[in-house]
Amino acid sequence: MEAILHGVQGYMYPNEVELQWSILIVLYPFITGLVAGAFILASLERVFKVEAVKPTYRLALLTALAFLIVAPLPLQLHLGHPERAFEMFLTPHTTSAMAMFGFVYLWYLMAVLVVEIWLEYRRDIVLAWRASTGVKRHLYGVLALGSDNISPRALAIDDKVGKFVTIVGIPSAFLLHGYVGFIFGSVKANPWWSSPLMPVVFLFSAMVSGIALVLLMYVFFSWLRRTAVDMLCLDTVAKYLLYAFLIDFSLEMLDLVHRIYEADESFRALDFMVHTKLYVSQIVIQIYIGTLVPLALLGLAQLVKLGERARRAIYTIAAGLTLVGIFAMRWNVVIGGQLFSKSFLGYTTYKMGFATREGLLPAIVLMILPFILLWGLLKLLPPWEKEGAAEAKPLA
Amino acid sequence: MAVDRRIFLQETGKFLILTGAASLAFEHVLAGTPEAAENYHLKDHWWAMAIDIDKCIGCGGCVRACKAENHVPLEPFYFRTWVERYHVKPEDPEHPEVDSPDGGYGGFPERYSQGDGTKNFFVPKLCNHCAHSPCVQVCPVGATFESPDGVVLVDKSYCLGCRYCVQACPYGCRFIDPRTNTVDKCTLCYHRITKGLTTACCEVCPMGARRLGDLKDPKDPIHAFLRDHMIHVLKPEMATGAKVYYNDLDGSVR
Repeated sequence: MEAILHGVQGYMYPNEVELQWSILIVLYPFITGLVAGAFILASLERVFKVEAVKPTYRLALLTALAFLIVAPLPLQLHLGHPERAFEMFLTPHTTSAMAMFGFVYLWYLMAVLVVEIWLEYRRDIVLAWRASTGVKRHLYGVLALGSDNISPRALAIDDKVGKFVTIVGIPSAFLLHGYVGFIFGSVKANPWWSSPLMPVVFLFSAMVSGIALVLLMYVFFSWLRRTAVDMLCLDTVAKYLLYAFLIDFSLEMLDLVHRIYEADESFRALDFMVHTKLYVSQIVIQIYIGTLVPLALLGLAQLVKLGERARRAIYTIAAGLTLVGIFAMRWNVVIGGQLFSKSFLGYTTYKMGFATREGLLPAIVLMILPFILLWGLLKLLPPWEKEGAAEAKPLA
Repeated sequence: MAVDRRIFLQETGKFLILTGAASLAFEHVLAGTPEAAENYHLKDHWWAMAIDIDKCIGCGGCVRACKAENHVPLEPFYFRTWVERYHVKPEDPEHPEVDSPDGGYGGFPERYSQGDGTKNFFVPKLCNHCAHSPCVQVCPVGATFESPDGVVLVDKSYCLGCRYCVQACPYGCRFIDPRTNTVDKCTLCYHRITKGLTTACCEVCPMGARRLGDLKDPKDPIHAFLRDHMIHVLKPEMATGAKVYYNDLDGSVR
């Protein structure tokens, strides 16, 4: 603990020396962002009829679900009293931005994502129910909620309701992540966070990270299953990634230019921080490696005629760097916002533990967990059409 | 006799009006109200503090008294009150040099010499018991609240330890108590002031630099203090309704 004092430069209020929000709170906006982004990509096909991205539709939904299930865990682990977390549902404090998280989360999980996935997969679930035996049969029976009606009329109703859910889902996804931005943006005591742009920036960066993740997942699973990548699909997803990224980058630059030009009382302190303690994570990783390089790569693929292999490689690298960049952005917001004193007179250092409750190890485990869940979901509800399954006539 | 009848009527009324479960819930609501002494009426008080910068000598007595009275952890990261030393070059008031070794717990070792052309002074700090507290606003479960007599308190049996309030306080007045994993802050010695005593920090201040005041008591000297001095609160731009009033607060103080 005493070592922390050595990490202090200038003057911090004594209670500020220790950071309150750790890497786990960095994961929280990162993970919810991936969820919101993946869902919005899925909605493109469903609502806006972008047929080209259809091969990623189901994968995007399952990815969103896997990450959404994990989203509250870092928060839970971070709480001083996790056993009291449920009080947020029982006695929410209506003026608190944070109090709404549980409701927004549950709404999104239960009213949007699970319903949409269920409707989308109902036919497959029923077919699997009929085809399987033993425990599996029971499992699919439960998943089908006991109904095996997959007549064309029933499926048409599913489709209609599913579309409605997606339409409700888009503003819900916006709400989910815009809201996370508001949690930070509404803290007037902290000039690094306090900005009405924060929810909007969070939203667009969420779309960017979610699209990048689904792109990577799609390429990865195509490689794993030795199936051909649908290049039209990949090109389209990459194009949307580029567009979303351009908007996101413009918003962030707007925020930056605004801060530099206004140069209010906090500017000197924040400017110094960006050039010292945050230099690597903000300037080098977030802006150069995580934004400008992927933007250049994605732009290049649009401007120059390239072969399939080259495009695939470029998209994969760009999407990977994008995820690194967005993670760095979350880090710079959450950790950066606590490195300077609210007196604007000094700086502290974030010392991350390893195998501690809020250390690097639990953070790594929490980042691996959604992939394990996704693997389970893919086993249970394969997103790809099985050979011959498409022809299987649904029994009325 | 009259009192007995009143209690009788209250109890009977409660029994008749409230069912068993509701009655239990009502007990629970009552349990949530701050502890108060007999004859202490929440509505009759509105607490504040007056600090006279000119009188503070930086002895740190208030910091020690506070830690002892309120069992605040002794490590140098946990303070309900602390004292800062300002060293300001007159031509550069925007960039003061500030220090607060161990929050001023052991006083301040000599560092600046007299007559070097600079301004030097001490600023005692504590929770401002804001009337529009940003920390209260953000608490997700309402574990921290403004009492009707104007004190910002924490229900430690209810605090989740989410630390949002720590982020929301513009003055750095809150910390997480490592023993309970809940938030902790100045209570304005609520256990003392509701019994007619002053706070520990005010009690021990040898210079009378800190004085507790009750703004609802017309006879309280704080009214004269506020009237007769040039008064400032910390970070007025935050519009928190801060109730720690400073006399002669230099513009360089953050």
